[in-house]
Amino acid sequence: MLTTPFEFERASTIADAIRAVGQEGDGMFYSGGTELLLAMKMRVIHTERLIDIKGIPGLDRIVLNDANELEIGSRCTHAKIAGDPVIREHVPALASLCADVANVRVRSVGTIGGNLCFGEPHADPPTMLGALDARLVLQGPSGTRLVHADDFIRSELETVREPDELLTRVVFPRPAGPVTYRRFKHGERPSVNVAMAWSLDANGRRIRSARVRVGALGSRPQPLKAVEEALQGISVAEVRPAIEAVLPTALDELEVNEDRHGGADYKRHLAGVLLLRNAEEAIAAGGCA
Amino acid sequence: MTYALPISFSLNGQATAIEVPTHTLLIDLIRDRLGLKGTKRSCDMEVCGACTVLLDGEPISSCTTLAVDVDRREVTTIEGVTPPDGLSRIQKAFVLHGGLQCGFCTPGFIMAVTALLKATPHPTDEEIRHYLHGNLCRCTGYTKIFVAVRSLAAGQVSEDAA
Repeated sequence: MLTTPFEFERASTIADAIRAVGQEGDGMFYSGGTELLLAMKMRVIHTERLIDIKGIPGLDRIVLNDANELEIGSRCTHAKIAGDPVIREHVPALASLCADVANVRVRSVGTIGGNLCFGEPHADPPTMLGALDARLVLQGPSGTRLVHADDFIRSELETVREPDELLTRVVFPRPAGPVTYRRFKHGERPSVNVAMAWSLDANGRRIRSARVRVGALGSRPQPLKAVEEALQGISVAEVRPAIEAVLPTALDELEVNEDRHGGADYKRHLAGVLLLRNAEEAIAAGGCA
Repeated sequence: MTYALPISFSLNGQATAIEVPTHTLLIDLIRDRLGLKGTKRSCDMEVCGACTVLLDGEPISSCTTLAVDVDRREVTTIEGVTPPDGLSRIQKAFVLHGGLQCGFCTPGFIMAVTALLKATPHPTDEEIRHYLHGNLCRCTGYTKIFVAVRSLAAGQVSEDAA
């Protein structure tokens, strides 16, 4: 099916793109189009103008910066992140996640920024970026602001980004411990996913802090606070009983939509299974960190 | 107003210049305006892989790609990987191993396998499954497709295989 007609403009700088989107009428930033064009073809989204950001230099950069943080340009494709040597070295779990998003064609052109801005609850990257404590850099006509990944998606298909704000970068501290991610899916999108990031002490035996996010169950990724608290300060050897002690309560507190991916109890159960498997992987990795 | 744009690109190695409405999808440009009917539309939502073409060598869904996005780039379709006097070694392997029945998904599979083998000439079984999981076939049950691709991965198909 065709979309309704729209104007198409190629921007060569961030400022040009922001200006072009802000002109009269509804304009939208456009890169891979793997989510946006689908919605436009279904006539769920209509726009009068697409501003192509693929020609803007720098938005596809991946670096470890001087502050020991990883920076990923918003228009990096899933395939690029999956194969990037910096990501593979410092956050192999993110490289693996990106290597498994949707299918090979989507990964060729779909971008991490587009994935985040679409706010689809059944998505892979937002859950892990929450666990990694990522900040998203939004640039608009009046300047730049940082939004925590946890706060970016407001609800289903809705983010805090203003229409004339361009997501330019995703930034997060270089992990200081194992990062793990698992999902369960029927089709291409995750039914449930769980990401966990530990920060370990210098000898790699004790957890300084842990971040755990469960995604795809509610309208946006949710923290498992009780599990995070139970893991804080304990030794890696104590992880499993510590999680098991608080898991039922933690899972009960999750907001869970019943949908075609399954009922609430079933999906809560899956989240618990995935979390424990992540923990096993992290224990194995943590022991040799 | 820019509701139509001129684009020039390489289509199966041939320089092509044409003006397209900006909302034209690549699959419609290829099939309806340029007359190459080998590329198939099926799910129309990037899931089934029947419409797979290569853009600068990478597989994409032509059903959900804007034609204006191929400007100054290289597009390869099933017609571009089929020799004028027969079949490619990938196509021969599909025939030899029965990797098709109705044939509707086959052009997409051939394009995906073309890209796979170019990036990874000797993929493992796991790499084959992972790469092709986004191409759907409702006839074969995948086993024969998998066997066909594995024969290519192991370099078993010779030019006389068909």
